[in-house]
Amino acid sequence: MSNTASHTIQLIPRPGQHDGEGARVAEAARRHLHLLTGAVQTSAVYTVRYPLTAEQLESFAARCLQDPLLNDAALDQWAVAPAFKSYILVAKGPGVTDDEGTSAQNALQDFLGLDLDIRTQHIFSKRLYLLENELPEVDLRHLAEELLGNKLINRFVVGHTAQGIRDFTPQPGGGADSTTHTIRLENLTDAELLQLSKENVYALNLEEMQAIRDYYYSKETQISRAEAGLTPDPTDCELEILAQTWSEHCKHKEFAAVIRYRNAVTGEEKEVDGLFKTYIKGATSEVDRLLRANGNDWLIKVFSDNAGAVRINKDSLFVWKVETHNSPSAIDPYGGAITGILGNNRDPLATGIGGARLLFNTNVLCFGPPNWAGPLLTGQLHPRRVFEGVRKGIEDGGNKSGVPTVNGAIVFDERYRGKPLVYCGTGAVLPMQLDGKDAWEKIIDAGDRIIMAGGRVGKDGIHGATFSSIELDEAAPATAVQIGSPITQKLAMDFLLLATRRGLIKCSTDNGAGGLSSSVGELAGISNGATVELERVPLKYPGLRPWEIFLSESQERFTLVVEPAKLAELHALAAEMEVELSDIGHFTDNGRLDVTFDGQPVASLALEFLHEGVPRKVLDAEWQLPTLHEPKLPASLDATDLLLKLLGALNICSREAVIRQYDHEVKGRTVVKPLMGRTGQAPQDAAVVQFNFESWEGVAVSNGILPRYGDIDPYQMSAGAFDEAVRQIISVGGKLPNLTPGDGIFWSVNDNFCVPDSVYDPVTNPDGKQKLAALVQLCEALRDMCVAYHIPLTSGKDSMKNDFKADGQKISVPPTVLYSMTALMPDVRRAVTSDFKAPGDVVYLLGDTYDELGGSELYHLFGELGQHVPHVRPEEAKDLYQKVGEAHEQNLILSCHDLSDGGLAVAVAESLFGDDQLGAELTLAGELPTLTELFSESHSRFVATVAPEDVVAFEALMNGRATRLGIVTDGGRLVIRHQEKVVVDAATTELREAWSNGPVNRVMAGEELTLQA
Amino acid sequence: MSNQAENLTTQMVSGQEPKTNNEKPVHALVLTGFGINCEEELAAAYRLAGGVATIVHFNEVLSGQTSIHDYDVLNFPGGFSFGDDLGSGVVMANKVRFRKLPSGRTLLEEIGAFIQAGGYVVGICNGFQMLVKMGLLPDFAGQQEREVTLTHNASGRYEDRWVRLAVNPNNRSPFLKGLTSLEVPVRHGEGRLVIRDEAIRSRILAEGLNCLTYCDSTGCETAEYPLNPNGAELNCAGLTDTTGHVFGLMPHPEAFLSLYNHPDWARRKRLDPAASEEGDGLKLFRNIVEHIRQTRATQPTEAAANQVSL
Repeated sequence: MSNTASHTIQLIPRPGQHDGEGARVAEAARRHLHLLTGAVQTSAVYTVRYPLTAEQLESFAARCLQDPLLNDAALDQWAVAPAFKSYILVAKGPGVTDDEGTSAQNALQDFLGLDLDIRTQHIFSKRLYLLENELPEVDLRHLAEELLGNKLINRFVVGHTAQGIRDFTPQPGGGADSTTHTIRLENLTDAELLQLSKENVYALNLEEMQAIRDYYYSKETQISRAEAGLTPDPTDCELEILAQTWSEHCKHKEFAAVIRYRNAVTGEEKEVDGLFKTYIKGATSEVDRLLRANGNDWLIKVFSDNAGAVRINKDSLFVWKVETHNSPSAIDPYGGAITGILGNNRDPLATGIGGARLLFNTNVLCFGPPNWAGPLLTGQLHPRRVFEGVRKGIEDGGNKSGVPTVNGAIVFDERYRGKPLVYCGTGAVLPMQLDGKDAWEKIIDAGDRIIMAGGRVGKDGIHGATFSSIELDEAAPATAVQIGSPITQKLAMDFLLLATRRGLIKCSTDNGAGGLSSSVGELAGISNGATVELERVPLKYPGLRPWEIFLSESQERFTLVVEPAKLAELHALAAEMEVELSDIGHFTDNGRLDVTFDGQPVASLALEFLHEGVPRKVLDAEWQLPTLHEPKLPASLDATDLLLKLLGALNICSREAVIRQYDHEVKGRTVVKPLMGRTGQAPQDAAVVQFNFESWEGVAVSNGILPRYGDIDPYQMSAGAFDEAVRQIISVGGKLPNLTPGDGIFWSVNDNFCVPDSVYDPVTNPDGKQKLAALVQLCEALRDMCVAYHIPLTSGKDSMKNDFKADGQKISVPPTVLYSMTALMPDVRRAVTSDFKAPGDVVYLLGDTYDELGGSELYHLFGELGQHVPHVRPEEAKDLYQKVGEAHEQNLILSCHDLSDGGLAVAVAESLFGDDQLGAELTLAGELPTLTELFSESHSRFVATVAPEDVVAFEALMNGRATRLGIVTDGGRLVIRHQEKVVVDAATTELREAWSNGPVNRVMAGEELTLQA
Repeated sequence: MSNQAENLTTQMVSGQEPKTNNEKPVHALVLTGFGINCEEELAAAYRLAGGVATIVHFNEVLSGQTSIHDYDVLNFPGGFSFGDDLGSGVVMANKVRFRKLPSGRTLLEEIGAFIQAGGYVVGICNGFQMLVKMGLLPDFAGQQEREVTLTHNASGRYEDRWVRLAVNPNNRSPFLKGLTSLEVPVRHGEGRLVIRDEAIRSRILAEGLNCLTYCDSTGCETAEYPLNPNGAELNCAGLTDTTGHVFGLMPHPEAFLSLYNHPDWARRKRLDPAASEEGDGLKLFRNIVEHIRQTRATQPTEAAANQVSL
């Protein structure tokens, strides 16, 4: 405590009060790090840099910070009981968001009744861990970095209490730095251009660097720059803007590239004129034509805004967006996930004019196995840590924003251990009209003001857009990490809701990747120009250079477009709601993006070059048939034993311990929750959420993702994932779109591709052509499925470089695609849940089972992949879904569960998890081998139950597509017969326990799992 | 209210209730802002129960634009005010205790006057945490000092799960009239009730202030996790003050307004197709609306006093 201008308040647990956090740290250190800490005591520490008198400090601590029942306070001295020999102080690094410190500032301001500066950091929150045992400093540091924080964000001070406790408090940066450099590109060699790109994290390739050089040093550009008083060489800010705008993250260059595709198996050769244009936009255009031809005109806005919008009814739109946040989550799992979910929330919030009401979140996560026992590369975090951090980030991001997390999935595969995939989805409702204007439109005119709303700007997240466009390596920049502040965003969100309804905002967008550079750069395309005055941007702390201010990805910010006449009213509302607004410039129509600092030009770019100047890539793809074979499983396998093993498998077992830490029912409208039934444990297919309390209309939400199938056949993997998401919605009572003219049953789908580097390079990426060919096939399947089912894509995202490189090795994710689907439920009371309801109900298998164990969970139990991957048969599937929809319409189906991982046997078992007293007596009539009948993962199938009195009507309606399996019993036992033999026989409770005590819940309980054989 | 104030608020007016001169609707004030996030369903609860609810930003009350004295029930909804920083509900409670309104009084003093005049105060989840940290529950000493607190669950985790509550037959809250047991979700990380000392504990029991208790499916009080989801002392899920006018609870009755909120609704509907479409939680709001109506009918002077704006 050398700094005399600051005070320290330490809150220590009172004697007799349970220190849960301390106990958990001690336990985790023992289990995961094999370190014996002895007792651990935790204290909250606040360093206060406001000038306070001793009395003020004491009463602030006593009346605002201390809970008199729980803790004692020590002021300006450390309270360390002699029993504790070691300590770890965890502080936040300079410039890292410190919400708790800010909240303490709020409390101090209220307490003193003074007008304090609470927008910059004066109170710093920390935690102090006192350990009973005297551990070497290297162990203390290891413990700190593994369990107590992340060295990219936190500063750790460790030591022995006998030597006293050293403190760390971030110091604000130096003075403001208005320097803008120019960078000479003229006459640079190709190698020098590439070096420049790498050193500055531009993530631009040689052609792109050359295009920039050629543009700058053309006679035309040089003359116009001289006339405008600009330097002949580009400024640092200009190159940063170009790098961000042209990044793969923002420009989707590989989805726009020309692809020369060759299928070596079929001999097919073709040139694809852009994956996005051909397959994604192409599919939606075709579907839109089919819809409109049938009087279904609910598709309102696709691909052109932050999120897609479809019409619910004459008054409101449903807005849907799914994003990924993979790279940040790899290096800082908690921060990456929380900014992922908060950032994704801002997309629907700032679609069209803005101000949609958020309805729900979803999250789909892909991790390495939490029991990974193999080596870790430099900079690579253990999969268990990534899992725990991401889960906590989703928890805080959703719960603290008051948005229910209603649906999701977790997929484990060793290839996600380098880079996890973190998909965040958000659904929202936007009124059709806001203050008499079409809410989905973005209109901007020259003269409109550019207003930044929400958080302040720091160095956090600089280079996020470019960083996510390259492979991760051990030298990941610390500044690429952003820390989310749910409370700041909640305030901004509440404000946006009111301001848009009062007509004060002309339109809005979010500040995400690329910060102001991206948000203003994109909006400027609407009015054809913008001027930004960077000195008007409020900073968290001084020391940022102009380009850093423009590129910073500091979170929780919106860019608002406001007519000058509305400014005063907008400012008054913001003041009342404690949201900081800054007027940072205006829109023009001169075709340029101009950026100044204190009147001096920092950047001036022609919008045409900025948005259209990036050279189009030409990429090669070639498909070779992978070597595959069907495995021979041991002859004497016991199906009951296999079923129990499958229920406890990483990709099938219960996720309850994760799900329960997400609030899935805030807002009071979640009708089908992730887990239901009498036990509250029966897993459901799709979520169903009611829009409001005034009607029973709602939306069904599902996810389809099947990465392992892609190792056999990328086309069928993509088609299968699409079908999986569709059938989950059919299962809960949804209907396919466009079946009847003008039925208004909207569907809105986001596609999210996450693939490894798919650009061929003979040295660094020798199988690049195969990977790109796989991507082409994923897209082909997507197009075919959309058109087959008349289901449109409305938004989505691609993430192209999901590789982790270090120590000369590369870990690449398998090509992965997620389809996130939503569909109208006209009456949520008619939703159907997966769990069996009552004894005597008749059990059916809907759809057909094929010899399709390739890629199955059964084969995976034996370490095999197989060859016969499930195929989607869209005509048969569509026929079945129509019939199931009709059966739902007639209220004939009492429970319905789609078949996926683990096939029929797992689906039947899961259908029993709602009630331990229920069982089922089933007989399989199929001709396939027993294990195939039980565990084949053929698509487009359901297990459904029907009341005995409805059997005749149901079977007539299904017309041969429903196979009667048996009945639900009250015997608490699942018995399945095949070919005159009992093949499965187990108590419902035994099945449920195998599933509930699976590895996911055990990891969440802090258990150290051993590697499975 | 000023124009601006009107714009800041979302008024939900009952469509079912006739407004005659002698029956003014029961009016609930639902606070929001700073991370409160259950205001919409709480307002809907009053509307569905036949009352009227107005959602108002906290700062509108602190700035004096809205007076709590114009309402019958003051509601502190659930959420994560100020992100639970400094402990759940602390920063908000701090505003109530220390910020001066234009009247020169703190909001806590205004709330004291509101209760004196017969008004009701309810806090749910984060709102309960606020009331406890304001010192309004149980407040035997009448000094608004902390006699109990709410802190981290024994599990160390935030959890969303459904629980069953037994209603203390000696409870003092009109919200709970006629109820013996109800199902509701808990969604919190800091719901473990800690009581300052034995004397407070005995008085809570003796005076029946522990109005709601976690129980098993047979209605018997239990300390077993997860039936008692947080390890609260006395297995206590909710408290009132000695007047019964201040009521706080961790679980969310406003999240069980319709049958379709319950995780087992589909099975229950299969077994009883005629099952009511109303949820247990709505009963609390029907109770308070009805109670205030009846109180007005029998004590017209108090109802009138309630209308006086300070």
